[in-house]
Amino acid sequence: MGHPTTTTVAAAPRAALASLSRRLPRRVNMRRNLPALGRKLAISLTSMAIFLLLWQLSAGYLYGVEATARIERTTQEQGADAGAAMAACIASGDVSCKPNTLPFPREVVRAAGLLLADHRAIRTKQAEFAAETAELNAARAARGLAAITYTGRPSFVDQIGTSLKTVVVGFLISLLIAVPLGIVIGLNENLRIAFNWMIQVFKPVSPVVWLLLVFMIVKTLTLGSDTDTSFLISSISVGLCAMWATLVNTSVGVSSVNQDYLNVARVLQLGIGKKIFRVILPSAIPLIFTGMRITVSVAWMVLIAIELLAQSPGLGSFVWEEFQNGGSDSNAKIIVAMFVIGLVGFLLDRLMFMVQGRVSFEKAIG
Amino acid sequence: MSIPVIEFRNVSQWYGEGESRTEVLSDINLSIAEGEFLAIVGFTGSGKTTLVNLMTGLLRPSSGQVLYRGQPIKGPAPERGIIFQNYSLLPWYTVYQNVALAVDQVYPDWSKDRREGHIRTFVEMVGLSHAIDKFPSELSGGMRQRVSIARVLATDPDLLLMDEPLGALDALTRGNLQDEILRIWSANRRTAVLITNDVDEGIFMADRILPLDPGPAAGLGPEFRIDLARPRDKTDLNHDPNFKRVRTEILNYLVALGESNRPRADNSLPLPDVQPIMPGTRSFVAAWHRD
Repeated sequence: MGHPTTTTVAAAPRAALASLSRRLPRRVNMRRNLPALGRKLAISLTSMAIFLLLWQLSAGYLYGVEATARIERTTQEQGADAGAAMAACIASGDVSCKPNTLPFPREVVRAAGLLLADHRAIRTKQAEFAAETAELNAARAARGLAAITYTGRPSFVDQIGTSLKTVVVGFLISLLIAVPLGIVIGLNENLRIAFNWMIQVFKPVSPVVWLLLVFMIVKTLTLGSDTDTSFLISSISVGLCAMWATLVNTSVGVSSVNQDYLNVARVLQLGIGKKIFRVILPSAIPLIFTGMRITVSVAWMVLIAIELLAQSPGLGSFVWEEFQNGGSDSNAKIIVAMFVIGLVGFLLDRLMFMVQGRVSFEKAIG
Repeated sequence: MSIPVIEFRNVSQWYGEGESRTEVLSDINLSIAEGEFLAIVGFTGSGKTTLVNLMTGLLRPSSGQVLYRGQPIKGPAPERGIIFQNYSLLPWYTVYQNVALAVDQVYPDWSKDRREGHIRTFVEMVGLSHAIDKFPSELSGGMRQRVSIARVLATDPDLLLMDEPLGALDALTRGNLQDEILRIWSANRRTAVLITNDVDEGIFMADRILPLDPGPAAGLGPEFRIDLARPRDKTDLNHDPNFKRVRTEILNYLVALGESNRPRADNSLPLPDVQPIMPGTRSFVAAWHRD
């Protein structure tokens, strides 16, 4: 207490700190939870190690089968010398005669590194291109012409970005349709009956069929214009595939509002607008957001299949192109894409979970 | 005589039709005078909530008429405010917002400041100023019911209906809230109807007690006048001969009702009419063939 001035100065930040520490998990809890956290971490790491081991073993087995078959085939077709040469070639690990099968974990890691390096190379190229064309583009802009843009191959990271963009647009489309429609259906029992068959019949339809349907419609609607419709087609298809969970949950949430809350609205003689926005919707929000969370997961899952088919850029077409390429590291790149798809899906779900927890008055159920 | 605030004219209430018709209330005649505090006491499942829902207008009578100040009730209205048994607070709103929902609806012409002051006054009145920004899930049962009381009283209802408002609370909170409701009620002496299953609560709070006979097809029993001076004090009442007499009368009536309503204790069981048939005998074969 020898420095009263310091205490007064420190008071304000301390108050801020106190309010901050209230939001953070408490230290005592951290200490108490540490053993539990450590246990969780240990179990997760162990299971990951087992997973990698099994992967390594099965990749080794498949590699062996493929190699034996290749040597045998060469021996049969071209004689024992060629067979021996093939065996030596495979043993040397040369790319030209590498058995094409499930890649080893280390190959996948290497492929990930390659993809990142490729991404950096493309970024450098883009930057160079931009620097080169800066002057020209300025001149073109002055004459009212469109700028020259880089039209090179997109990198893997660009593909992830495109996929995310598609899924976000698709998700917004599904929300735009499902939430208002769900509310209207939920409020009116006759409409609910009218829409029931449609929901039941269309919900299980495969993403591929939705894509074809959207393709038919969009193709006709954009007749004559030469814009690239593949992005539009794939995002609309994603939206249509994924909207059902939100639609059903919204209508159930709206139609199953607790009678007590409705009684409050009735006794207070709330108007229809107030009744919907202050009583019915808040009560339905937990269910609506659960539906949205499912919608995001479904959207991300069908997106890959739809991109693959629609030839629209993104992770789906990346996977398909790599498969068609049949390059020595194509399989490894496909597995990299698989992990990226899984991780992004997981992150999207976490994101929705956080949003759900924020808006809902009940605790979100993980 | 002036027009009663609430009048039931031969009201019956049933659910379902035909064979599955269950009558809940049967031929109820009731009249509640201006400024009266009426308690309706009955067993669980005797149709008390149905009775109060008829007064709010949440239910329409199957037959007969429910009049509010001489006019048939067409639907619920804030002038007949109700304190629900299960509080019915909107969980996504804070204490303030829950009361505000009602106040904004009933006084749309008031200025924002006036409404806010009004809301704060009533939250203060039920002693919840410190919890005004809390959500119902953060409150205890007694506090929730206080919010519900503040929400109704803030709209200044002409008739205050209470559907077992304290039924789910512990004895201590219950006693406190009884005092509080009485204190607030005596401030402007509106007409009030209390539905309860607690005879003591009814006697402590009301001017008149009507027992509701147990359902199905419940009707109202004889009325009991409670001529105890207000304000009433619980400890004093326990020694009041008048209180004891009325309490015994009502309890005796209810116990007698419960007795008469219980199915006759009949220990004899009807035996099934069966004849033993021995396998291999002629009668067994005959029975076999008959089937």
